Amino acid sequence: MANAHNLQDLQHQAAVASKVYVQRDYNSGTICRFQTKFPSELESRVDRQQFEETMHTLNNLYAEAEKIGGKSYLEGCLACMTAYTIFLCMETHYEKVLKKIARFIKEQNEKIYAPLGLLLTDPIERGLRVVEITIFEDRSIGSGR
Amino acid sequence: MKNCEYQQIDPRGISTPSSTQPCTENVQRPRRKWEVFPGKNRFYCDGRIILARQNGILPLTLGLIIVTSGLFFAFDCPFLVTHLTVCIPVIGGVLFVFVVTSLLQTSFTDPGILPRTLPDEAADIEKQIDTSGSSTYHPPPRTKEILINQQVVKLKYCFTCKMFRPPRTSHCSMCDNCVERFDHHCPWVGNCVGKRNYRFFYSFIVSLSFHTSFIFGCVVTHLTLRSQGGNGLVLALQENPASVVELVICFFSIWSILGLSGFHTYLVAFNLTTNEDIKGSWLSKRGAEDSGNPYTYDNIFTNCCATLCGPMPPSLIDRRGFLPPEDIPPAVAVDMGRPPFLAKNDTNMCTQRTKDLLERVFRSSELQGLWPTGTPKTAPGQELRVRPESRSPAPSSSAGPPTSSCSGSADGPLPTGCSGSANGFPPTGCSSSANVHPPTGCSGRQAPSMECPPVNSSKRPSLHSNNPAFRLASPSPSFTHNTIILGDAPDMGFIPLH
Repeated sequence: MANAHNLQDLQHQAAVASKVYVQRDYNSGTICRFQTKFPSELESRVDRQQFEETMHTLNNLYAEAEKIGGKSYLEGCLACMTAYTIFLCMETHYEKVLKKIARFIKEQNEKIYAPLGLLLTDPIERGLRVVEITIFEDRSIGSGR
Repeated sequence: MKNCEYQQIDPRGISTPSSTQPCTENVQRPRRKWEVFPGKNRFYCDGRIILARQNGILPLTLGLIIVTSGLFFAFDCPFLVTHLTVCIPVIGGVLFVFVVTSLLQTSFTDPGILPRTLPDEAADIEKQIDTSGSSTYHPPPRTKEILINQQVVKLKYCFTCKMFRPPRTSHCSMCDNCVERFDHHCPWVGNCVGKRNYRFFYSFIVSLSFHTSFIFGCVVTHLTLRSQGGNGLVLALQENPASVVELVICFFSIWSILGLSGFHTYLVAFNLTTNEDIKGSWLSKRGAEDSGNPYTYDNIFTNCCATLCGPMPPSLIDRRGFLPPEDIPPAVAVDMGRPPFLAKNDTNMCTQRTKDLLERVFRSSELQGLWPTGTPKTAPGQELRVRPESRSPAPSSSAGPPTSSCSGSADGPLPTGCSGSANGFPPTGCSSSANVHPPTGCSGRQAPSMECPPVNSSKRPSLHSNNPAFRLASPSPSFTHNTIILGDAPDMGFIPLH
């Protein structure tokens, strides 16, 4: 609860200083993967290792969503046989993992980034193009209401 | 109040304006994102169904299929059931269901549209373009080269969507959207074919091939049996006009559809798109099978499985999400025929605070000199089509001679809509071949869909017309409309005949 208040305080009182965008990494093809290079604007704000760990976990989650293997083939074949009508009633594996990613980002924001005056935006809200990191001005953060 | 504020900042949160006083429904009703979608699409069922704006041919496709199948079930099946087997209408029925379901899913599914960038993100990209280029080799501005599986791939900058297009993404000028893994724009289904609906499209054409062949075979059997039992073929034809109609329809469509199925089976086996095949993106001297396609798994079975049975990616445009109430851009609202929805009801403190926050963000973008003040207030998430005079000051003149790649076709006189292969395939329904073959199907009947729709900006030039002659003479983008599509390599010129 205290953490949630922190996040809300952040968005109530703090002004946005700047935004940093972590772009996609296409070196492995069209799979969803973000660059893990540490942006220089965050150097004063967050620990490099922490940030890289967050990005690695995020990339792993997206890799899990897009994994081509037995399970996805089964899902695809079943869908094909039912003329793809099961997509209307069933949640796909990708959607399930996206929910997991949303929970992960919320948890990271609450535990790690909001106390540091940062906010990670779920990439799905930006069309899976970027990870947007909002840097808030460093004032009255954590000073409850 | 706290909850209200938190949700309003979250762009995907559902804002409940019921806290403010009741006003006219237009002003207070929470609007969904599809209502302010900047692309040229139509939405039905409150955003659940998406179609291209020009979808007049879809009813024709549906009508042809339903009429032919209806005639088959009504006039041929009774005879064949009594003389042959009851399986015939059963198989016909199953195929019919498959065809119609696949068609509707292809038409109504988001093909993989990429949402346009927000102003902050676009500004960040612009900054990167300006500051990059420290190496000795300068690639043409507004392109980025990356290495995928040891193959150099050029990413082009999309002026409409204000981003570097991911690999295999192309901007469809019919729909005015960037579409992932863009295959082609198909007027027969009234939608683009891209990453998310390619499997439906493939299923549609394959099942339609079977269905057409099946009906054709059954009708021929029916007429043969009748002519043997009766007084000859001519009398049989005269007595069964419905069968004649089916015969004619099936005969003319079977060539196109079988050819198209074969072509797309080849594409699936080698993990190519129609767009890439036409432009010869991965051709090398070693031949098509051994080309430099960086996306292939080098195994036909794996390619097929990955394309058709891979995980189903989500829609990125969030059509049914709600907009924060005060962030509707007035210009877009006007285009939609609604009154401009400005933040008039600011009595609520939380809306005022949110507005301030957003204004600060907007001003900081302006100060960077990237968004002229003349631009109407753009909400995050709502990217307006920027008019020519309000373009970013960064010159784009050296973007290379662009060609408007309308609906994925290359730069030649290929009629748009369904752009197809030039590999010597017979002219097919949805894939119109190049100059040599007589245009049929899709290309021949292109005329109605080739006109530019009346669009929001009055200055949209005929670069958006599908007139091939005009496209060849398309000038550089510096003084024309922003939505110039950076076509691919201009050295392609006319469609290569492989």
